[in-house]
Amino acid sequence: MTDIFELLKGKPGDTDYEKKGVIVQGITGSYGSIHAKQMISYGTNVVAGVTPGKGGQKFEETIPIYNSMQEAVDATNAKISIIFVPAKFFLGAAKDALNSGIKLLVAIPEHVPIRDTMEALDLAKQKGAIIIGPNTPGIMIPELIKIGIMPPMPFKAGKIAVLSKSGTLLYEISDALTNAGFGQSITIGIGGDPVNGTRLIDAFEMVKDISDLEGLVIVGEIGGDSEEMLAQKIMDLGFNKPTVAYIAGRAAPKEKRMGHAGAIVMGTYGSAESKVSMFNKANIPVAKRPAEVPVLLAGKMENRLE
Amino acid sequence: MQLLEFQAKELFREYGISLLDSISSTNIEEGRKHAKQLGYPFVIKIQVPVGGRGKAGGIQKCQNDDEFDIKYPQVMDLEIKGEKARAILLEKMADIKKELYLSIFLNRSKRCYTIIASADGGVEIESVKNQIIKEIGLGHVSDEVAKEVAKEMGLEGITAEGVVDTLKKLSKLTIEKEAELVEINPLAIMQDDTVMALDGKFVTDDNANFRHEELQKYQERTEIEEQAEKSGFSLIELDGDIAVVGNGAGLVMSTLDMLSDNGGKPACFLDVGGGATTESVYEALTLISKLNRVKGILVNLYGGIVKTTVVAEAFLKAYENNLIDIPVFSRLKGTESEKAKEMLQGSKTKIFDSIEEAINAAVMGTKK
Repeated sequence: MTDIFELLKGKPGDTDYEKKGVIVQGITGSYGSIHAKQMISYGTNVVAGVTPGKGGQKFEETIPIYNSMQEAVDATNAKISIIFVPAKFFLGAAKDALNSGIKLLVAIPEHVPIRDTMEALDLAKQKGAIIIGPNTPGIMIPELIKIGIMPPMPFKAGKIAVLSKSGTLLYEISDALTNAGFGQSITIGIGGDPVNGTRLIDAFEMVKDISDLEGLVIVGEIGGDSEEMLAQKIMDLGFNKPTVAYIAGRAAPKEKRMGHAGAIVMGTYGSAESKVSMFNKANIPVAKRPAEVPVLLAGKMENRLE
Repeated sequence: MQLLEFQAKELFREYGISLLDSISSTNIEEGRKHAKQLGYPFVIKIQVPVGGRGKAGGIQKCQNDDEFDIKYPQVMDLEIKGEKARAILLEKMADIKKELYLSIFLNRSKRCYTIIASADGGVEIESVKNQIIKEIGLGHVSDEVAKEVAKEMGLEGITAEGVVDTLKKLSKLTIEKEAELVEINPLAIMQDDTVMALDGKFVTDDNANFRHEELQKYQERTEIEEQAEKSGFSLIELDGDIAVVGNGAGLVMSTLDMLSDNGGKPACFLDVGGGATTESVYEALTLISKLNRVKGILVNLYGGIVKTTVVAEAFLKAYENNLIDIPVFSRLKGTESEKAKEMLQGSKTKIFDSIEEAINAAVMGTKK
């Protein structure tokens, strides 16, 4: 298993420790440029941008733009990239990145065909790389590095890991956690698509061994069975850090796609009841409202001390 | 999108999967002509995008003209799980020996296509016994795998050959059309031991629509849904009276849940997408103004980078243009919310600090 913290921070003593280089694919697009600026102002070390046909230009007068990922990686040695291209160009951009040696790929686009996601994942597996997304807000270590589109305000450095399928609920719940005094050690957006590069169980693998982890928050939603798989895994491993879940979509009608391509209940597959009952089985309380998450987490922590 | 039975069968026919003769119609005059063409006896089948048609009386045997005149309108007028008939399919009656189950679906957690097969089909998938499940990667079903499946189903001879053939065609169809699910239930064993698809379910990956112009004729959208899609929104019409708007699918689902918990009935799910701007909120209000039954609007926006004053401007513009005259209950998270409150003072938009307060006010304010 790749160590996500090593990818995002590096090792103490490395010349680029805690300032790992990030390449932005689609940096000259309207969305890509806004968020490249936002990432830079958050402190992320954006070292290059890629837009085919615009090689040789500079972004914000300082960051070099290249025509291809190979050129950008050769020049910067970066291992991380974030993709902002339209969905239909995602697969091409992802292949370009993976074939150039990128080890962590954050896929922002929504509406990527599932087949393209699966092909990109196949290649990532061969190359030993991780894909976060598509349709993800991204990944961040609060107050250190942000590779994504999340607004900075809700997040604060701390010791709770937050894994979320939804973007805005990640902000909403992190905000509630921060206000209750629970900062976050890492937040990972899984994405709202049916097939995720990093599934909830994979994200859990990334965070479960953080030495000073004090709690885990899982933000799920209807569709698929990744919440059920995670609950099972937590039971199997006997993971005993305070864990709380939230599931969106209890009131959603069946067989309707609720905004996210992955948020659909087919029969009983993907239903909120199925997820809630698995979490209950794993002794993980499920909040009814986002605001209830920090309350339940505090309760779990107290129980543990007794 | 989920195709109707007759649409799925059009694709089955194109791929050479064996079917009974059938014709679809949308009114009784058309249906009568088809009845003559087809000849009695046949089955009248309602075309709705949900399961459980048989139990609800949506599938009726028909022996003659008199029965036809009674049963066709009966089936046409049914409403199954809230879905009205889109069409009626007349299909020849089959004399069958046994019902099998066959499907290929996109396995989300295993990230590959997966076959489910069973020798005990004809019931909803949750109740199908002795399921054979085979993960098959991203490619087509091989002859070898198809034969293995038929063998595990306990089939022999012509029937086994028929299942192998059907499975390979089904896999070609799934891959070429980028389906999330293609299901034949039941796949019937006929008196001569051949197999035929008696029902069909087909769910496409909408994100691949741009590569499948040929499937767009099956797209079924209301005018409002079409406008929503043009604006890049997701809109789902529901049958309550409080319209729910927000940014981000998760946040809107969450708002729907909390509203329902508090006794409110949502009239729609409207996700304006990750960001929120004056234009997008105004556009959302325009769409809602076209929905019937709406007595109030519940807005839950997590602006993040967006200033709430920008959103308040959209409400003011909507009142100024007489776009809406119903109360709006909103929770706007983001900067400048005090200023936004001032801007909206005296208007029909109320801003609340928490979503819980906004929901309570919406439920109370729309009760009559």
